Amino acid sequence: MYTFPNKLRNLAFVFMAVGFIGLVYGFITTPNTVEEAKAIAAANHGEGHGTSHESSDTHSTPDAETATASDEAHAEDNHTTVDHGESHDAEHDLHVYHQLKNKPWAALYVAAFFFFMISLGVLAFYAIQRAAQAGWSPVLYRVMEGITAYLLPGGIIVIVILALSGMHLNHLFIWMDPEVVAHDKLIAGKTGFLNVPFFLTRAVIFLSGWSLYRYFSRKFSLAQDLADDISNHKKNFRISAGFLVFYIVTESIMSWDWIMSIDPHWFSTLFGWYVFASMFVSGITAIALITIYLKSKGYLEFVNDSHIHDLGKFMFGISVFWTYLWFSQFMLIWYSNIPEEVTYFITRIEDYNLPFFGMLVMNFIFPLLILMNSDYKRINYFIVMAGIVIILGHYMDVFNMIMPSAVGDQWFIGAAEIGGFLFFLGLFIFIVFKEMTKAPLLAKGDPYMGESERFHY
Amino acid sequence: MSDKVVHALYDDDDVLLSAVKMIRSEKHHIEEVYTPFPVHGLDKAMGLEETRIAIMAFIYGCIGLCVAVAMMNFIMIEDWPQDIGGKPSFSYLENMPAFVPIMFEMTVFFAAHLMVITFYMRSKLWPFKKAENPNPLTTDDKFLVEIGIHDNEKELEKLLKKSGAIDVSIIEKPE
Repeated sequence: MYTFPNKLRNLAFVFMAVGFIGLVYGFITTPNTVEEAKAIAAANHGEGHGTSHESSDTHSTPDAETATASDEAHAEDNHTTVDHGESHDAEHDLHVYHQLKNKPWAALYVAAFFFFMISLGVLAFYAIQRAAQAGWSPVLYRVMEGITAYLLPGGIIVIVILALSGMHLNHLFIWMDPEVVAHDKLIAGKTGFLNVPFFLTRAVIFLSGWSLYRYFSRKFSLAQDLADDISNHKKNFRISAGFLVFYIVTESIMSWDWIMSIDPHWFSTLFGWYVFASMFVSGITAIALITIYLKSKGYLEFVNDSHIHDLGKFMFGISVFWTYLWFSQFMLIWYSNIPEEVTYFITRIEDYNLPFFGMLVMNFIFPLLILMNSDYKRINYFIVMAGIVIILGHYMDVFNMIMPSAVGDQWFIGAAEIGGFLFFLGLFIFIVFKEMTKAPLLAKGDPYMGESERFHY
Repeated sequence: MSDKVVHALYDDDDVLLSAVKMIRSEKHHIEEVYTPFPVHGLDKAMGLEETRIAIMAFIYGCIGLCVAVAMMNFIMIEDWPQDIGGKPSFSYLENMPAFVPIMFEMTVFFAAHLMVITFYMRSKLWPFKKAENPNPLTTDDKFLVEIGIHDNEKELEKLLKKSGAIDVSIIEKPE
């Protein structure tokens, strides 16, 4: 049995405390008036100010269809003003004020979603192992089950944030604002799907479905340890196959709801896949990092180089898969250059140049080069190094998905962003390692355990 | 060196694998093993050097990438610039996303084809080459181990019989 070391527990608490302070600081320092916002924006973004003036000039026509992503946050003010030339500065300042108000919320949401996404990705990976009756991975089942323990608490936090948006405590989702919808034909046409009650109902149904699978699969997995026959294993196989069907549909809708709808004018048909690739690779990386950590502490003695090698192959392969989807989405939109689509990438390339292309280096070029060599995938040091970069890179990925529409060019990685990351990292570590103390780290009843222990490359 | 060799036939890949380990532990040098299909772990059991084809694959891929960049730069930017979808071909970098699929395909094409050609050359395989296979049974379901003889016929024969060979024969190699 695994015991939760006090050192790690304290570290988790320190992360949570520091993260909490960072988040509180982020919320306190949001401007309360437009003047304060002006001062903050001027101090933070000397040059950013000038460029955003220019871009808002081009779309101050009251045409909702061509509104850019960053325009949406102040769509509500857009229509009350007639003389754009004179009121432009005031309007822009109000816009910045709204963006800065959104910033700590967005930071909280990005981090909450990111760590939730890791556990959901691991759950999908786990279900695939179960449904495929994989022979190599049963030694890692308990690590995966530990990580998926974060699914329910993490998911509840995300849904609470969504519900708070629905109660207008923040303006992450502008389609939740009836004032905006009233003046926006495009969003008005989507209200059948994008309305707060249905949105939250969907979220609750999705999370319940995933959590139910997680609950039963864990239950059968523990029962299998003590059983004489393999009926639990078979049940697990069946519910895993069923879950995967449910998952791929709900994950896709979840990605439209929770991320794509922040930009309600924009759409991409492969967005669900793209988010899936991101969560899958972060989840596999989390499995590898936690496995290597536990091994270094003397646990998981039955996990050998070949298991790490396989996880490394997955990290490499899914990183390439993620890039493939990222590029597929980017190139088609870039080439066709349709205004309502291409705004998405224009805001990201103009205002988010470093995080946008930096994430490509972190998520593709670095893992590609470092994990290409077969021998390196068997060396823990390389896996850890690549893993940390991949995890941070996919945090940036989620950051790039959410921030541009939430805060426009007023982004920076400050107290709220780092605080949010640390807070949820602490919570994640606490819940995951707590869960792993509850059962032996070897799922000894699994019929494939022998094969998995003997597994070699 | 001697041109006399002993051929031991086996009818099971697991028996073959353990026999190879046994022969090597007795310090005999295995010239070659002929099998009807790839036997997992045989290269390690025979103590063969690890393949370096992965390094060549990487180099070939890099060559393919460079060829694609040079090719698209010549075709689309220098020789005959066109304005496709409102994106005039003035600079390679600005039009690069459109060339990525080609860069990718050329990388794969070069890596794959040159790797196969390298493999054939290293294995001394080319069209109309006469098969070196000493026993046609190895193209069916038998495995053959070839060991050079250095005045140790009796000892070898005993060892091979013990290792589970179904047939042991001594062959004069026509050189």
